[in-house]
Amino acid sequence: MASATSSDTFPQMGSLGEVHVSAERRLPDAPVNPVMETRDLNVFYGDFHAVHDVNLAYGRHEITAMIGPSGCGKSTVLRCLNRMNDLVAGAHVEGEVLYHGQDIYQKNVDPIAVRTQIGMVFQKPNPFPKSIYDNIAYGPRVTGMKVDNMDDLVEEALRGAALWDEVKDKLKQSAYGLSGGQQQRLCIARTIATKPDVILMDEPCSALDPIATARVEDLMLELRNEYTIIVVTHNMQQAARVSDRTAFFTARPDETTGNRTGLLVEYDLTSTIFSNPNDKRTEDYISGRFG
Amino acid sequence: MSVATATARDTVRIATGRSRDRSAASLVFLGLLWFSLFFGVMVLVVLITDTAIAGSGRFDSALVTGYDSTLYPERTGFRAGILGSLWLMLFTAVMAVPLGIAAAVYLEEFADSTRWYNRIIEVNLQNLAAVPSIVYGLLAVAVMALIGIERKGIVLGGAIALALLILPVIIITTREAVRAVPEEIRQGSLALGATTWQTTWRQVLPSAVPGIATGTILGLSRAIGEAAPLLMLGLASSVRFDPEGMMSPITALPIQIYGLSSSSQQAFQDAASAAIIVLLVMILSLNGLAIFIRNKFQRSW
Repeated sequence: MASATSSDTFPQMGSLGEVHVSAERRLPDAPVNPVMETRDLNVFYGDFHAVHDVNLAYGRHEITAMIGPSGCGKSTVLRCLNRMNDLVAGAHVEGEVLYHGQDIYQKNVDPIAVRTQIGMVFQKPNPFPKSIYDNIAYGPRVTGMKVDNMDDLVEEALRGAALWDEVKDKLKQSAYGLSGGQQQRLCIARTIATKPDVILMDEPCSALDPIATARVEDLMLELRNEYTIIVVTHNMQQAARVSDRTAFFTARPDETTGNRTGLLVEYDLTSTIFSNPNDKRTEDYISGRFG
Repeated sequence: MSVATATARDTVRIATGRSRDRSAASLVFLGLLWFSLFFGVMVLVVLITDTAIAGSGRFDSALVTGYDSTLYPERTGFRAGILGSLWLMLFTAVMAVPLGIAAAVYLEEFADSTRWYNRIIEVNLQNLAAVPSIVYGLLAVAVMALIGIERKGIVLGGAIALALLILPVIIITTREAVRAVPEEIRQGSLALGATTWQTTWRQVLPSAVPGIATGTILGLSRAIGEAAPLLMLGLASSVRFDPEGMMSPITALPIQIYGLSSSSQQAFQDAASAAIIVLLVMILSLNGLAIFIRNKFQRSW
C-alpha cells in the first residue's frame, strides 16, 4: 500500500544511493501531541554510560525508526520505553520517559501496567512453546483483560497480523511448526491481542528472509493506522520504506575510558533524513560511507 | 613437468604402507583403555551375576509377598521392606519435591546473585550434595528430637532423612532445567504485561517439567538404595506388618538386606541375594522412567 515511491515529492532523492523513501503522508515537522517522549534520557549499565541525553518525541499513528551503527544505544532507548531495561541487572535510567505526559519511571508507576500499554516485538521470533491459539490468548489471560469471546479475539489478532488465512486450520498446533516469518507475525499478533497503544519493535526483521521481511513491513504500515510504532532497525532501506520519522544515533567513545556512549545525532522526517540530512555524520552513515 | 614431479612426490609421501595410528605406543594406549573399560564393566557383571545365581533359588512369589520368617528361612520374604521403601519414597517425594522446586525457582528467577546471602546459599548447596548420607541421618534424628517425636524407626523420620539427602540433588537439577528455558520466552511473556510470577508459573515451570521430573526421579532412586541414614534413625531390620501411616514403624529393603546378609543361615543369605536383585530392579526401573521422560518430553529450543 504505502511502499510506493514518489520522487516528485522529493526531487532531491536518489542523490544518496538507492534508498527510497515511502512518503504519501504529509506530516508536521515535529510530532504534535506525541504519544511518548524521552527527555534528557541517560542510561547506565553499572558504571557504563550507554546512552547520553536523548530527547525524542514519538508521534501518534506514526512509525518512528531508530537507526545507527551497532552499539549506538538505539535498542537501549527502545527498551527504556516499556521498562524492559528494568530486567537487566545494574541498569539505571536518568531523565524522563513520558507516556501521554506521565513519566513511566516515577515510583508510583507499575512497570507491568506500562507493558500492557506498550507492547514489544523482539529481534528473534520468540513464540511460546504452546499452540498458536494459546500464544495469542496468553496476553489477554495474564493481564486479566475482559474478553467476551476469546475465539473472536484470537481471530481478530491473527487477522490484524495478516496471519489468519495461513493458520486458521491449525490453531491448536504448536507455534513452533510455523516458519520464521510466520512466527514473527504471530509475535506481532500476540502483542496486538492485548490491545496496546504503542508497539516497540527491536529489529523485527533481522532474522527473516527478504520475502518475510516485506510481509512484516507491509504489516507495519497497516498497523500504523491503529497503533504507534517505534522500530529499531539496522536496515536503512527498511527505515526508509516504512518509517515516517527517523532518529539517527551514533556512538561516541569516551576520551578516558574508551567506552562508547550512544547519542542522538539527528531526528527528522524520514524524507528529510534520507534526502537532505543536516548532520555530516547522518549523511555519511546513510550513504554507506560509515557504519 | 613440474606438475608431474609434484604429484609423484606427494604419492611417495603418503603411500608409506603403514598408519601412524597403528604404532606400538598407540596400540598399547588403546589396549589400556580397553582393559579399563573391560575391568570396570566385568566386575559389575560378575557381581550381579553372582548375586543373581546365589538368589536364584528364591525368585518366587513369597520373596515379595511374605514377611520375614525366622522359623522358615527358605520362605522368608521382603514384603515389609518393599512396602516400607515405597512408603519412604512417597513421603520423601512429598517433602523434598515442592521444597526443592521452590528453592530452585527462587534462586534462578528471583534471587539477586550479587547479594552475599544468596552467594552463601549457592556455595553451600554445592557442598550439601557431597555430604555423606549418614550425616543426613544424624540431622533427621535432631529434627525428630526437635519436633518432639520419640518413636524410632518410623516412616516420618526416615522420610525426613531421605528428603534432606535428595534436596540438594533436586535443587541443582531443577535449577539446570529452569536455566535451560531461554531468556526470550521470559522476555516475551513480560513484554505482554505478565508478572514475574505469572511468567514463572505459566512459562518457565511448564517448560522445565521434564528436567525437573528427571532430576527428581534420579534423586529418589539414590534415596531408595540408602541404608546408612535409616540405620541412624533406628529402622528395624525385621517388621511383620504393613506400614499404615506416617508414624508407623517400618523397615526398608536395604535395611532388611543388611540384616539378613549378616545372618549365619545360608537360606537367609540366599534370600538377601534375591532381595538385592529386587532392589536393583526397582532402581533400574526408576532410572529407566527418568530416561524415558527425558527422551519423550525433552524440548530443543
